[in-house]
Amino acid sequence: MLLEIKDIHVHYGKIAAIKGISLEVDEGEIVSLIGANGAGKTTTLKTISGLRPLTSGKVLFNGEDISKMPGHKRVMAGIGQSPEGRGVFPGMTVQENLLMGAYTRKDELAADLAEVYELFPRLAERKSQFGGTMSGGEQQMIAIGRALMTKPKVLLLDEPSMGLAPMLIAQIFQIIKEINKRGTTVLLVEQNAQQALKLSDRAYVLETGRVVKSAPGPALLDDPQVRAAYLGGH
Amino acid sequence: MKGNGVTGNANPLRRVGALVDGARDWWEHAKAWQRYAVYLGAVVFALILPAPAIGTFMSPGSDWTTVLIYPIGTYILLAVGLNVVVGQAGLLDLGFVAFFAMGGYSVAYFGTEYGWNYWATAVMGIAMAAVSGVILGAPTLRLRGDYLAIVTLGFGEIVRITANNTDEIGGARGITNVPHPTDIPGVVDFGLLPAPYYYLIVIAIVLVIIFSVRLQKSRVGRAWAAIREDEDAAELMGVPTFKFKLLAFAIGAMIGGLAGGLHAGRAVFIEPNTFPFILSATILAAVVLGGAGNLPGVILGAFVIAWLPERFREVNWLKDLLGRDPAEYRILLFGGVLVLMMALRPEGLLPSRRRKAELHEGTGGMGTMGAEVTGPDTDVSTEAAK
Repeated sequence: MLLEIKDIHVHYGKIAAIKGISLEVDEGEIVSLIGANGAGKTTTLKTISGLRPLTSGKVLFNGEDISKMPGHKRVMAGIGQSPEGRGVFPGMTVQENLLMGAYTRKDELAADLAEVYELFPRLAERKSQFGGTMSGGEQQMIAIGRALMTKPKVLLLDEPSMGLAPMLIAQIFQIIKEINKRGTTVLLVEQNAQQALKLSDRAYVLETGRVVKSAPGPALLDDPQVRAAYLGGH
Repeated sequence: MKGNGVTGNANPLRRVGALVDGARDWWEHAKAWQRYAVYLGAVVFALILPAPAIGTFMSPGSDWTTVLIYPIGTYILLAVGLNVVVGQAGLLDLGFVAFFAMGGYSVAYFGTEYGWNYWATAVMGIAMAAVSGVILGAPTLRLRGDYLAIVTLGFGEIVRITANNTDEIGGARGITNVPHPTDIPGVVDFGLLPAPYYYLIVIAIVLVIIFSVRLQKSRVGRAWAAIREDEDAAELMGVPTFKFKLLAFAIGAMIGGLAGGLHAGRAVFIEPNTFPFILSATILAAVVLGGAGNLPGVILGAFVIAWLPERFREVNWLKDLLGRDPAEYRILLFGGVLVLMMALRPEGLLPSRRRKAELHEGTGGMGTMGAEVTGPDTDVSTEAAK
């Protein structure tokens, strides 16, 4: 198991945001977390990447307990994240943003940079434009590309479709699939359940800080409860 | 966003803005020798600045060289130091005067009590300031935005009040007879004449600027920029954010300590009220007014903030207009000018391009203070959860 979360609890002050979530991500998979606002999806990702401290429970990566490891070291261990709301550095150019992803790396970057530009030709056209002046979709591309530059074993994506036009959403999901095909494991948080489930090998449904359901992605697409709650179906 | 709140293209400030943009473009593409020529020009300008011909216009009422040392030179030095913290790392520090005080008191105390050589006390002042920066930073830098600002504000006051109540360092009476800098035989004698102190502070400013620019262009500078623009994202890039914030605090503090040491060595007398909160606020105003993060802007801002109140002491046409001494109104005039400048150039007098992009995005502006402001596409629930 590449990434394993065992019964984690996370608090914001006295408020419990996560009340005992366990989940697993195997190498090569695309796993998604779906659920409504406040279900704890983003907090789960932040806990995995080390931005939020755990109250109790364990995060295992490659079988190693990383619960106490600070966030910046988890990047080196192989956890890359594209944060919620994209978190692009507005005052850095596209290229500088991507190079920030390689901040801790000392090996040759050219090939990886070329690969990101190949995945996102739009970014290649705008290398020297400031991140802050890019459109929402382009910023999402920067955020994903920047996370890829950390050379992650598992890529955590927090709502990559947020605020994007439907055409762009389809494009972004296609790229996520391509990234996965090239060998990066993906853990995806989405409100756009339909798209996410189609793409995922497996998915977890979160509700108020707990996992209420887990199954292969396509199976959840047909699940009447999930359809009613997240897919707007009947 | 430039020229926000201003309509019409005929606005002279717009034209100034265009001129600034042009100069910046030229600078970005300038060759190495052109840049060195500009540096050389700036140093020569600084060296001839105390000339009486300039002084009669700049400071008709008081001795120009003295004004150049304090407030102008000292403010510039402090502003360059605070710029490391606020402009580069994006941490809002409202108690910067504490480090100025640490430097000043170190020089005064070790010079008078133990008779140390001035230069040794100055180094000691820088070290003490750095240590106090780390002591302040270690527990507080986990806070963000407004909370950090409040804690630093408290720290500035704690240092001043502690000095006020500690008899060992003179209490409210302060320390008198602080030794002047040790003479360098055959080169310079530090006595009552202001000129040597002026050149000393120019050397200090030049060194600090070189240091600051080198830092900005290094890996450290890149890490600071990332922290300023989005701290969480910086951590996700593998930047040890806490360590780098602490480093910014320590380096800013060292520069503040240096300024304090230089000040004590010239002023001979320091007391707790030499280091009031308002000085922290004034230096912060200089950094923001000039264009946080951009050194030429910060220097210009410090100059304007230090010089204007002095200049307003002697404005003859105002004297005729008001029928009274404008010196009484100088702070009012000063405030008016500040409001006007911020209304017309809200990003600062000389903002960097990068800073403009940051402000446009609504992050990183006033360091973390800006990062806490919810942008139009930020999820409110996550802001509340921070």
